Amino acid sequence: MKLLNNIKSGIDKITVDNLKGKVTAIKDAIPTPEKKEKKEKPKKAEKSADKDNKEEIPDGFIKCPSCSAVIDKKDLGALKICPKCAKLFRMNAKDRVKAIADKGSFDEFDINMESVNPLNFPDYEVKIKSLQEKTGLKDAVKTGRCTIGGRPCVLGVMDSGFMMGSLGSVVGEKLTRAFEYATENKLPVIIFTCSGGARMQEGIVSLMQMAKVSAAAAKHSDAGLLYVTVLTDPTTGGVTASYAMLGDIILSEPKTLIGFAGRRVIEGTIKQKLPDDFQTSEFLLEHGFIDAIVDRENLPDVLANILKLHNVEKAGEA
Amino acid sequence: MPAYDKVKIARKVSRPTALDYINHIFDDFMELHGDRGFRDDSAIVGGIAMLGDIPVTVTGVQKGKTMEENIKRNFGQPHPEGYRKALRLMKQAEKFHRPIINFINTSGAYPGVGAEERGQGEAIARNLMEMIDLKVPTISIVIGEGGSGGALALAVTDRVWMLENSVYAVLSPEGFASILWKDAKRAKEAADVMKITAEDLFELGVVEKVIKEVDGGAQNDFGFTANLIKSKLETELAELMAKDIDTLLSERYSRFRSFGEFKE
Repeated sequence: MKLLNNIKSGIDKITVDNLKGKVTAIKDAIPTPEKKEKKEKPKKAEKSADKDNKEEIPDGFIKCPSCSAVIDKKDLGALKICPKCAKLFRMNAKDRVKAIADKGSFDEFDINMESVNPLNFPDYEVKIKSLQEKTGLKDAVKTGRCTIGGRPCVLGVMDSGFMMGSLGSVVGEKLTRAFEYATENKLPVIIFTCSGGARMQEGIVSLMQMAKVSAAAAKHSDAGLLYVTVLTDPTTGGVTASYAMLGDIILSEPKTLIGFAGRRVIEGTIKQKLPDDFQTSEFLLEHGFIDAIVDRENLPDVLANILKLHNVEKAGEA
Repeated sequence: MPAYDKVKIARKVSRPTALDYINHIFDDFMELHGDRGFRDDSAIVGGIAMLGDIPVTVTGVQKGKTMEENIKRNFGQPHPEGYRKALRLMKQAEKFHRPIINFINTSGAYPGVGAEERGQGEAIARNLMEMIDLKVPTISIVIGEGGSGGALALAVTDRVWMLENSVYAVLSPEGFASILWKDAKRAKEAADVMKITAEDLFELGVVEKVIKEVDGGAQNDFGFTANLIKSKLETELAELMAKDIDTLLSERYSRFRSFGEFKE
């Protein structure tokens, strides 16, 4: 906390070298004495260590980034949790739907929607195509209707395996349609977010998706309907600055990265290293921006209970 | 003109600021301060003024022209409390049936510790959601830089205009080049592919009007551009104010609903 206060008191009128993962800006930096200090680069060190070790990790195994144990992938189980240290691995959309929706209840929307190249960005189609082949996904979100604990809702799940879950036209359109469907059918919406933010290759069109989805969320809210977001690792940039933060109830998993500006952008701006817990779900809970942190295995029950508390009747009983 | 030359003009320290336009275009501007929650963010200004004989609410992202001013204005990079102040003033405008005009000139929302602690993402998100529903006519004008979510947070309006030498983008060309090509020095090239100029964005339907500047930029003849804005605002507001609220809101929704390209 002391470190944070120090950082705060030094408020930083300095401009930004814009780095990864974020929507910000650049300007001429004011030189500061700290500027010349060499920053520690533990990340890089870790990375190269990873690389060395990777060579030794046999097929079907994975090294836990938290406890470094080498684990048989099967032992992560359906919820993708490290059996040694309980670290939460990222879940893809398919596994997440399986873990949250009642068995066999998920009726997916817009299965064939895929992106085009609105700005004619070089090689964008090629990249999309190769990711589609690699992941089996069309783009970075799945939406559909399902029941949770027997109660109906519209579910959206983002997938960080597809261009870091970035918000392009397809993600924006599918989520907007999901809200519109829910408004029409008087259903709650639950969205699992995970995203690096805007999709660079779609430029301004990506930025406009933030407004589009938020507008659809506003209509859904005006109709008196429930919207729950579950922020999963990582939720950053334009997704944080739009529908992720607009839930009536905002949940998150433990130790999830959630923020607007990227860590490196902020460090580059203030010329200081940030504490490890900065922009974690625990940090956001403390600062009043999320309602609760829920363990992964409890999410279906907690969501079912939230639906119940909002008088969402069990399917077939309405 | 290459896109990056426009970026340079848009960033010129001598470029007219939000307050320059506000003071020239409107009469009796009264500045109002604070978000009623944490503090007054000098990077965003706002208040009430007269446009001819119509009372309006105006807000703007304010840059400085000197180092001292820029330190006070945080180089036009708002904190969450700035966006919350703007929203407070816009909700106030709605209560008193005043049209809203926002002047946008920011490289982006500030990426700092306090900004994250106080919910930069939440503040921007809230503005997007609330602005789509404001029951008064709204117009925003990008007068310099329109930097990403920090600009969009004031630009969910019935009409979005840009000055001829302003830019509006998902990210700065430098940031874009460093993310996609790991090389911020390729900013010029990035500016070309990103489609960030007023002309490009007019073609994409992201803005409705491009407002002329004299050669070299608005700083060379401020009155020319400011008077143009004034006359266009008068005409446009008269049209928007003649619409009933339901039509206005459904057209605003459709405006933003229509963005995006995909196939299925």
